Amino acid sequence: MFEKFDPRKGKRFQLLNEDGILSAEARKYPMMTDDELLHAFKTMILAREADDWAVSLNRQGRMPTYPPVKGQEANSIGSIMALRQDDWFVQAFRELGGLLIRGVPLSQHYLYFLGNEWGSHYDIDRFHITPISVPIGSQMPHAVGLAYAERYKGNDRVTIAFIGDGGTSTGDFHEAMNFAGVWNSSLIFYVQNNQYAISVQRKKQTASPTIAEKAFAYGFEGVQIDGNDLFAVYAATKLAAEKARKNKGPTLIEGFTYRMGAHTTADDPSRYRDEEEVQQWAQKDPLLRIQKYLIKNKLIQSGEIETLRKEARKTARDAFEEAENYSDESLDNIYRYTFKDMPPILEEQLEKRRILEGEED
Amino acid sequence: MQALTIISAVNDALITEMRRDPSIVTFGEDVGQEGGVFRATVNIQEEFGEQRCFDTPLAESAIVGTAIGMAVAGLKPVVEIQFSGFVYPAFNQIISHVARLRNRTRGALTLPMVIRMPFSGGIRAIEHHSESMEALFAHIPGLKVVIPSTPYDTKGLLIAAMRDPDPVLFMEPKRLYRAFKQEVPEEAYTIPIGKARIVEQGDDLTLISYGAQMKETIEAGHQLQSEGTSVELIDLRTIYPWDKETVLKSVKKTGRILVVHEGPRSFGVAAELISTITSEAFEYLEAPPTRLTGSDIIFPLPTAEKHFLLRTEHIVQVAHEVVRYEP
Ligand SMILES: Cc1ncc(C[n+]2csc(CCOP(=O)(O)OP(=O)(O)O)c2C)c(N)n1
Repeated sequence: MFEKFDPRKGKRFQLLNEDGILSAEARKYPMMTDDELLHAFKTMILAREADDWAVSLNRQGRMPTYPPVKGQEANSIGSIMALRQDDWFVQAFRELGGLLIRGVPLSQHYLYFLGNEWGSHYDIDRFHITPISVPIGSQMPHAVGLAYAERYKGNDRVTIAFIGDGGTSTGDFHEAMNFAGVWNSSLIFYVQNNQYAISVQRKKQTASPTIAEKAFAYGFEGVQIDGNDLFAVYAATKLAAEKARKNKGPTLIEGFTYRMGAHTTADDPSRYRDEEEVQQWAQKDPLLRIQKYLIKNKLIQSGEIETLRKEARKTARDAFEEAENYSDESLDNIYRYTFKDMPPILEEQLEKRRILEGEED
Repeated sequence: MQALTIISAVNDALITEMRRDPSIVTFGEDVGQEGGVFRATVNIQEEFGEQRCFDTPLAESAIVGTAIGMAVAGLKPVVEIQFSGFVYPAFNQIISHVARLRNRTRGALTLPMVIRMPFSGGIRAIEHHSESMEALFAHIPGLKVVIPSTPYDTKGLLIAAMRDPDPVLFMEPKRLYRAFKQEVPEEAYTIPIGKARIVEQGDDLTLISYGAQMKETIEAGHQLQSEGTSVELIDLRTIYPWDKETVLKSVKKTGRILVVHEGPRSFGVAAELISTITSEAFEYLEAPPTRLTGSDIIFPLPTAEKHFLLRTEHIVQVAHEVVRYEP
């Protein structure tokens, strides 16, 4: 399906170039409607503003450690747009845009990073999503299991699983790829190759020229795409999903992208990368690119953009306030959710803790 | 002498010993150019080059696994696991090989190597960055587990770990990484693994802890002293093999003991100490040996970590029960 874009031949799939010009080929591929495109664009603006707001709140001491997504938004937005709402979405932790596309309230995402377990309490039947996975790579086998279960139940739901370039060095990633190949899983592995794992450059993670080509060794297709190109992300994911839905096997998509911000708010990227490089990638900003396209094609007027940004800023502020006003997690709850029924030995520990905290009753 | 924090003492220990011993190599995620996310290996790549200090791909199992090969071939690897919460992919290597190789080859192959990792909570960290799982490792036959609580001990214990003929798991209390400075000699020195430190002598109560929790434990000890209780404060320093002699001697003197640790309660370090004390110093006990520990729950995210952590007043409160106990 992606024969024309074999990563082993140095090919990368791109439809919208850095100037916002769509290739003549684009119409041959699945495309979003104009309305969908506008929705994706607005979501990208919201993700960007939400991200910036979280980072600035961190500086004010109101937000603990937060991992910005800036520059990578097209990857999760385009791919989640290309899937059905009931397709499984297995997160790593840099998929804010995709979460918003699913309809997850921004306040919930903030709540997680504010340090409250309710931030991971997703409405599963609505969002079909698994929680953020901090131990890098560990979520990948889960995705293979989800895909197995859906096929077992006779459903045509597919699964998408996200991971970073660093994550592709983990055993779990390779074991999951191998299982998926053997089981012919209805699965999309989406690698957000943002060029760094904290300070470690992509070339230090793997000696292979691309991550995408690893798929072939596991018996299925891989494709490297321009991850800052919303059109390419959407089209590649749509094709991979159609293939998966027909039980024609998994696909590895490597979104070639860039983390424009720090690894997390605790990180200082100037220690390991040049400002020049950051500036070069700023030219490829997925948001600017889609904006250029929309303006050129008169889908939006340049004057409207500032309004959208302002609205997004307000949405982000409101969402954060909502999350901040959520009550802190309680003493009881940190015990209660350990098991369905609290064993007496734990009950006793909770009782002792209450006494320690002066909560005797 | 130089005033160092715990994190700078780690760095100083590595540099001091690497200058002396060319077989030492140190590596892990972000350890090279970046100097570690906590700056434990800062300036080491500059001084010793990329062959002795380097970044690895993101894979803990291979970090520990390759260290095994290096140690077998005569190098002395000191690996960094970025956070103890991410050591689990390497658990197989640790339990199946690191801890067993000397025994199963009857000494033909040995593993002088160090696995360093920050642990403990209280820094408002995201998931998997706060746990204290030392008991898991202390339970593995064939593994030494060391936990310093001061800059001076950090340097001496880490150098001792690097000179040890067997593998040492070196757990660093990250809550204390930059909490305070202490005078630390510039030259190399060692502190024996397996020896506790009597922080202060006393007669009425033995109060034991280690790692990050030592801070609150010492504060509690001082408070009790100001109330007129004579407290013997002990920093265990080595979890395995723990210093039974020092602990038993102290308990035989005071007759009352409280063991404090942040990690979960069941099957924890305090359980081991108290079990030994109960059977080997039974006739000296004037109160039930008591532990104050974390609960058997998942370490909560920042908004509730206050409900997990043990504060000074909690220690004082439980110590009162032990001191006031009358049979
Ligand atoms: C198993 C494991 N090891 C180490 C870490 C610490 N850590 C958090 S993010 C990260 C880098 C991840 O890089 P990558 O997979 O490329 O994702 P990115 O952060 O660039 O999105 C590391 C080493 C972790 N979370 N899990």
